[in-house]
Amino acid sequence: MVLAASFVEDLVRGTLQGLPPGAVYGLIAIGFVLAYKTSGVFNLAFGAQAYVSAALYFQARNEWGWSNLAAFVLAVVVVAPAIGLVLERLIFRHLPPGSSLAKLVIAIGLSVALPNLFELIVGFEPVAGRTPEGLLPNGAGVFYDPLGLYSFSRDELTALVVAVLGAAALAALFRFTAIGLQMRAVVESPRMTELNGIRADRVSAFSWALSSFFAGLAGVLIAPRFNTLSAPDFFNLVVVAIAAAAIGKLVSLPRALAGGLGLGVAIAIIDTFLPRIVERQQWLEPIQENVTPAVPFIVLFALVTLWPELRSSKEQTDPLAGVDPPPPTPAALTRSPWLTRITIVFAVCFFLVAGLVVFLRADASWLFVVTQAVILSTIYLSITVLTGFAGQISLCQGAFAAIGGFTVFQLADRFGMSVLVGAVVGACIAAAVSALLALPLVRLGRVWVAIATLAFAAFFDAVVVKLPFVGGGGTSLLQGTRVPRPVIGPWDLADDKAFLVLAVLVFAVAAYVVSAVKTGTVGRTLAALRGSEVASRSIGISPTRARVTAFAISGFLAGLGGAMLSIQQKNVNYASNFAPFAALFWLVLVVSLGARTVEGAAYAGASFSLMDRIIFQGTFIGWILRSEDRIPGVFPLSPKWRFVLFGLTTIAFAKHPEGLVENGKRNAHVRMAKLSARRDAHREPSADDAVPGEAVA
Amino acid sequence: MTDVLTLDGVSAGYGPFHALFDVSLAVAPGEAVALLGANGVGKTTVARVASGLVAPERGQVRVEGADLTGAAPHRFVRAGVAHATEGRSVFASLNVEENLRLSFRRALGARGVAGALDQAFEQFPALARRRAQLAGDLSGGEQRMLSMARVLVEAPKLLIADELSLGLAPIIVDEIYAQLERLRAEGTALLIVEQHVSHALALCDRVLLLEHGTIIWEGPPADAADRVVARIFEHGEAG
Ligand SMILES: Nc1ncnc2c1ncn2[C@@H]1O[C@H](COP(=O)(O)OP(=O)(O)OP(=O)(O)O)[C@@H](O)[C@H]1O
Ligand SMILES: [Mg+2]
Repeated sequence: MVLAASFVEDLVRGTLQGLPPGAVYGLIAIGFVLAYKTSGVFNLAFGAQAYVSAALYFQARNEWGWSNLAAFVLAVVVVAPAIGLVLERLIFRHLPPGSSLAKLVIAIGLSVALPNLFELIVGFEPVAGRTPEGLLPNGAGVFYDPLGLYSFSRDELTALVVAVLGAAALAALFRFTAIGLQMRAVVESPRMTELNGIRADRVSAFSWALSSFFAGLAGVLIAPRFNTLSAPDFFNLVVVAIAAAAIGKLVSLPRALAGGLGLGVAIAIIDTFLPRIVERQQWLEPIQENVTPAVPFIVLFALVTLWPELRSSKEQTDPLAGVDPPPPTPAALTRSPWLTRITIVFAVCFFLVAGLVVFLRADASWLFVVTQAVILSTIYLSITVLTGFAGQISLCQGAFAAIGGFTVFQLADRFGMSVLVGAVVGACIAAAVSALLALPLVRLGRVWVAIATLAFAAFFDAVVVKLPFVGGGGTSLLQGTRVPRPVIGPWDLADDKAFLVLAVLVFAVAAYVVSAVKTGTVGRTLAALRGSEVASRSIGISPTRARVTAFAISGFLAGLGGAMLSIQQKNVNYASNFAPFAALFWLVLVVSLGARTVEGAAYAGASFSLMDRIIFQGTFIGWILRSEDRIPGVFPLSPKWRFVLFGLTTIAFAKHPEGLVENGKRNAHVRMAKLSARRDAHREPSADDAVPGEAVA
Repeated sequence: MTDVLTLDGVSAGYGPFHALFDVSLAVAPGEAVALLGANGVGKTTVARVASGLVAPERGQVRVEGADLTGAAPHRFVRAGVAHATEGRSVFASLNVEENLRLSFRRALGARGVAGALDQAFEQFPALARRRAQLAGDLSGGEQRMLSMARVLVEAPKLLIADELSLGLAPIIVDEIYAQLERLRAEGTALLIVEQHVSHALALCDRVLLLEHGTIIWEGPPADAADRVVARIFEHGEAG
C-alpha cells in the first residue's frame, strides 16, 4: 500500500511538474494553429517571431532600462503584430492561393532572416549567461505550492494561466464573433469572401497580426525557461509545438493546448519513472537521459507517418482558384542548349582562373574557406537531387552529413581505419538511413515530408548525437571529435593544397553523378512526378522507387560531404556545422540560388563560405579600388547580413522556383533573343499574345 | 436613368491568355439580360469582370455610373452587384448558418442577422433542416439554394448568375428560376449566363451572343432563339 501511495504521489507530482512546460508548448501550438488556420501558412518562422519579441523585451528591459509593462507593450503589443502585418503585406498577400510549398520555403527563409535582421537593427547580441526574465517581477523567485507536491514559480503560473485564457479567448473568437467567421472564410477563399462584400485583405492582415501577437506573447512567456536567448532554441521549440498542434490535427485550438500540456506531462512523468526502471534494467542506461527531449519529435514523426487523417485534413480548395492565370512554365524545362554550353565554358574558365589564383597566391585561411566552399557544394548537391529533381523539401540534410562525419570519426578513433574508407562507409550509412527514412515518407505530401524530416533532424540532434557510438559520448566533451587527415601513398593530405585537390575531385565526381541522375531514368521519372503525380501514376510510373532512390543518393552525397568537411576541419564540429538550424540555411541558400542545377549548388557553396570573406569584409571593393585603405567605412559588414539576404531571397521562390542564378541567366538569354529578333524585321508579333483559339486548346 | 452595369470597351484575360476583346455592354435597372455562347467563349470572364474578380486590361467598368475599374470585388458588392459564381459558390468549410451569417452580418449589421436568418430558412425549408451541416456536404441543388438565399434577403441592384442551373434536376431549375423571377419583380437587374437556353430566353428582355471573346449579336429573345441554337451548334461542331 505504501508503495502504491508513493506511486500515485509521484504520478501527480510528475503531472504538476509537466504542466508549466506543457503550457508553454501549448501556447506556441495555439499560435501556430492560428496562423495555419487563418492564412494556410505552415509558419515555421513562428519561432523566429517569438524570438524577436523575447529578445526585444529583454533588450528594452535590461539594456534600455524600460519598465516591464513598457517593454511588454513594445515587444508584444506593438512590434509582434507589426511584423505579422509586414509579412502579410509584403510577402504572403502576393502568393497565389494553394502554393503551400512556396509558403513553406519562404517561412524557412524567414526563420533564418528574421532573427538576424532583428539583431542587426537593434544591436542585440545573444550573450551566454544573461538570463531572460519573465513578465512579473521576481518571477523565478516566488513560488506557490497549492498541493504540497510541486512548487510552481510565478513565471510558470503566468505561462499556464495565459495559455489557458488564450486558447479559450481564441476559440470564442472563432465561434462567436463576426471577425472570427470572416477569418475562417478567408482561409477557404479570399475571393469568395470578397464577393460577400468583405475586405479580404483587411481580414487576413488582422489574422496575421493576431497570430503574430501570439508568437510574441509566447516568446516573452517562454524566455525565462532558457539560460540564454538564442534563435535555434526558439526554432526547436516550434518543432515541439508542431507536435502538439498535430495532436489537434492542426486545426483545433483547444486540442492544440491539450496536446502541449499532454507532451509536457508525458515528458515529466517519463523523467520521474525512467530512472527507477533503469536502476533495475541496466541496459537502458544510455538512452535514459536522451529519451525525454526526444518525446515530441518521436510523437510528431509518428503522427505524420502513421496518422493519415492528419494529412487529409488539408485546407478546402478555393472554388475561385480558376480566376488565377496558369503558372508560368518552369524555366528549367525550357532551357536552351546554348545556355548550357555557355554555362559550361564559363564555369571551366572560371575554375581554371580561380584555381590558379588560389594555388599560387592563397594563404592558409583563404585555402581553408575555398576548400570549405568546394566541400559544401558537394553537400549541396544532395539538396539539388532531393529538392531540385524530386521536389521534396528535406530539413534533415544536416543529420545525413553528420552521419558521414561521425562515421569517419568513430572508425578512425576506434579501429584506426583510413578516413577515406570511413568517408565512403559513412556516405553509405547516410544513404541507407535516408532511404529507410524515405520509405514511410514518400507517399506524404511535400509539406509533410518537410515536417517529418524536421522531426527527424530534431530527434537526431537531441538523441542520436549524444549516443557514445555516434557522437563519442562523454569522451568527446573533453577531447572533441577529432578526425585525422589521410595519406594516400606518397600524397600527404595534411597539406591543405593537396586536400583542396581531393575536395575538387570529389565534387567533380559528385557533380557528374548528379547530372547523370538528372538525364537518366530516375531523373526523368522524378521530373514527370514533379509535373503531375496523378498523371504519372496513371501511366504506370511508380513514385516510391524513384523517390526512395533520390533520397538514397541525396543521403550518400550529404554523408560524403559531411565526412569530407570533418576531415578538412580535423573535427566533426557537429554543433556549428550540422545542427538542424545551421542546416536550415543550406536549404535556403540552395533554393535561393538554384536547386535544379549543379552550378546552383556550386554558387551556394561559394556563397556560404566565401561571401563573408570577399564581399562583407570589403575585400572585393578593396580589389576594385586597388587599395585596402580606400575600402569605405561601412565595411566590414556583419556576416549576419548573409542570412538576411538569402533568407529574404526565398521570397522569389513563389515566382521562380528555379532560383536566382537560372532565372537571371534566362532573362539575359531572353533579352539577347529579343534583340536579335528585333533585327529580324520580318518576325511576327511575339508569342506572348496568344489568341483565344490557342487558349481554348 | 443610369445603367446598373456598364462595360465599356473591355479587354481582359488571364496572364498571357486573352479571353475578351473590346466588349461593351450595359444593363439597365430592372432589366434581365442573357449572355449566351458556346463553351469557352468568355461568358464567365464577362461575369468576373462585371463583379471585379478579373480586372480588365483595357476599358472601363461602371456600376451605376461610378467607375470601379480595377477595384476589389467587395466594392462591387457594396455598390449593389451580387455574383453567384460558376460551380460551388458557398464556403465548404462553414456550415449553412455560418454561410448565411457571413453575408447577412455585412449587409444588415449585427441586429439584422437573426431576422434575416429566419426569413431565409422560411423561404428554403430544405436549408433549415441542415443549418448546422457543413455547406461542402450539401447536394449541388442545396448549395445553389444556399447561394440564392444569401442574395434574396436584401435584393441587390444587379445579380450576375453564372450557370445557376448546371447539373440540377429540372424541378430545382424551375424553382431557381421562380426565385429569379421574384427578384426581378422586386427591381433587381439580372445578367444571366446560361446553357439552358430556353429558361433564359423565357425570362430575359434582351440577349447578348458572345463568340471568341466578342459580342457578335444583340437583340430580343424572340429573334434570338434560332440564331443562338445555330451559332452554338456551328461552333460546337467546328470546335
Ligand atoms: N484561369 C484561367 N487561366 C487561363 N485561361 C483561362 C482561365 N480561365 C478561363 N480561361 C480561358 O478563357 C477563355 C474564356 O473562359 P470562360 O470561362 O470565360 O468561358 P465560358 O464562356 O464561361 O465557358 P463555359 O461555357 O465552358 O463556362 C477560355 O478559353 C478559357 O480557357
Ligand atoms: Mg463559364
